[in-house]
Amino acid sequence: MEIPRHWRLKKQRYALVGEVCPHCDARLFPPRDVCPECGGEAKQPYTFSGRGEVYSFTIMHDAPTGYDEQAPYTVALVKLVEGPVITAQLTDLGEQPVEIGMPVEMVTRKIRQDGDASGLLVYGYKFRPVMPGVAR
Amino acid sequence: MPNHKLARGVALVGAGMSKFGAFKGKTSRDLFVEAYVEMLESVDLGINPKEIEALYVGNYSCDLFEGQGHIAPIMASWTGLNPLPAVRVEDACASAGLALREGILAIASGMYDVVVVSGVEKMTDLPTEKVTDTLATAADVQYEIPAGFTFPGFYAAMATAYMHAYGATPETFMRVGIKNHQNGSMNEKAQFGATISSMMEGRKASAAKKGLPIPEWKDEMDFLHDDRANPIIAWPMRLYDCSPISDGAAVVLLVSEDLASKYSRNPIYITGTGQASDGALHDRQILTSIPSARLAANQAYQMAGITPADIDFAEVHDCFTIAEIIATEDLGFFEPGKGWIAAEQGDTSRIGPKPINLSGGLKSKGHPVGASGVGQVVEVWKQLRGQAGERQVPGKLRYGLTHNVGGTGQTCLVHIFERRD
Ligand SMILES: [Zn+2]
Repeated sequence: MEIPRHWRLKKQRYALVGEVCPHCDARLFPPRDVCPECGGEAKQPYTFSGRGEVYSFTIMHDAPTGYDEQAPYTVALVKLVEGPVITAQLTDLGEQPVEIGMPVEMVTRKIRQDGDASGLLVYGYKFRPVMPGVAR
Repeated sequence: MPNHKLARGVALVGAGMSKFGAFKGKTSRDLFVEAYVEMLESVDLGINPKEIEALYVGNYSCDLFEGQGHIAPIMASWTGLNPLPAVRVEDACASAGLALREGILAIASGMYDVVVVSGVEKMTDLPTEKVTDTLATAADVQYEIPAGFTFPGFYAAMATAYMHAYGATPETFMRVGIKNHQNGSMNEKAQFGATISSMMEGRKASAAKKGLPIPEWKDEMDFLHDDRANPIIAWPMRLYDCSPISDGAAVVLLVSEDLASKYSRNPIYITGTGQASDGALHDRQILTSIPSARLAANQAYQMAGITPADIDFAEVHDCFTIAEIIATEDLGFFEPGKGWIAAEQGDTSRIGPKPINLSGGLKSKGHPVGASGVGQVVEVWKQLRGQAGERQVPGKLRYGLTHNVGGTGQTCLVHIFERRD
């Protein structure tokens, strides 16, 4: 049975569920059912750990519609420990300056005032700094 | 990668463009007609429009910008080209570069001998916020945009990665803007036909006129560091690192090589074309280069049988200042990580060894997104034929290149142009 689109999207956005390729073992996010590495079919769900590091970032001063209230905010490309890079907002930064290579972990937060482009999702993944010394 | 050749040669025998800028009361049709008429007039030996066989139109989003879809037959209708086949193509900001390639392939295939290739965009009817939202649809609206990114943001993230890897600074990017405004100040078709220093003078004069305190800037760099005059859009990209929102059209005439001398005393030959695609920024292993640009450039160089060192000058896709630096590396003009040093040394200035964006680039000339790729060709046509006036590169020119990027590099097209005499 096909999983409804919004349920699939929810699993991706709330639990970072991607896919793993049965042919070449590549970990895929976003999931797309075809492996971009080897071109084979890849439908096996795979839940990412949500841990990674800042690959690059920028501080958005001129925010798009629906994000104005948060500006300025930091958005990043996060390289997950499993390999893929993911586009996300950083949160809970406090006074800490953001640097490339900074360890971060996924949290679920409100992503925009009025839901995403699908009109369905108000909540989704963001990443926050991994606190040194905090028991996990 | 196989070394593909065109089945027959293609020549450029005419080129025209509207002025680029913000034109209240002008539609994309008006701009298109302006460019089309100038193209007809530019054909040395004249052209009977009845000899044209097809029209290719690059356009990103007339649908959202003007509420008008299906524009290719409208442009044909407004230029008397109906009932010819009229084809609209779209690859975001590379739409016009794509139209050029489709026109080249149509002639090379033997299907047509004479085609019109164009690009048009009318962006300024919408408020800035809506323009930003419309441009954002060229990114992945499911997996990139929900994070709160915009296009300035994507290129800013590339700039952050580039600075981290190679030691460039925000000042490096500012120098690219200063250079492109300098070039654009000599281009009567440019949206900002002014150097940054003359824009500073303009602001001082307007403050004086209004009885406001007159800003004191030591020099252009001082102005560009002023958060009020040059606000941060997405750090490290500031307002003057971003190309403007623009209206404009550009039109060129392509013919099969054997017909070139029928229309032109000084035809320009298109000897290389390359195109490649990619996923979103997060699908790439590298942020300091645009892989599709490297692939497209290599295809074009191979087809033309030349190397980056042979290129005399290039029009590159400087939608943001960082993009120009990355482009000069992706095109093989400078080693990875050395483009910013070349930019700071003035190597890419009009009188430097590798002049880049003589027209002023998208930064100063303007960036009507779906027209920019053919706008670049108009500059190459003028420079290679020695018709660029005040901004003409001195010396004998043989090879020019255009580099047109869609999105952050989901699409890239590279073309090589040759003057033979
Ligand atoms: Zn695979």
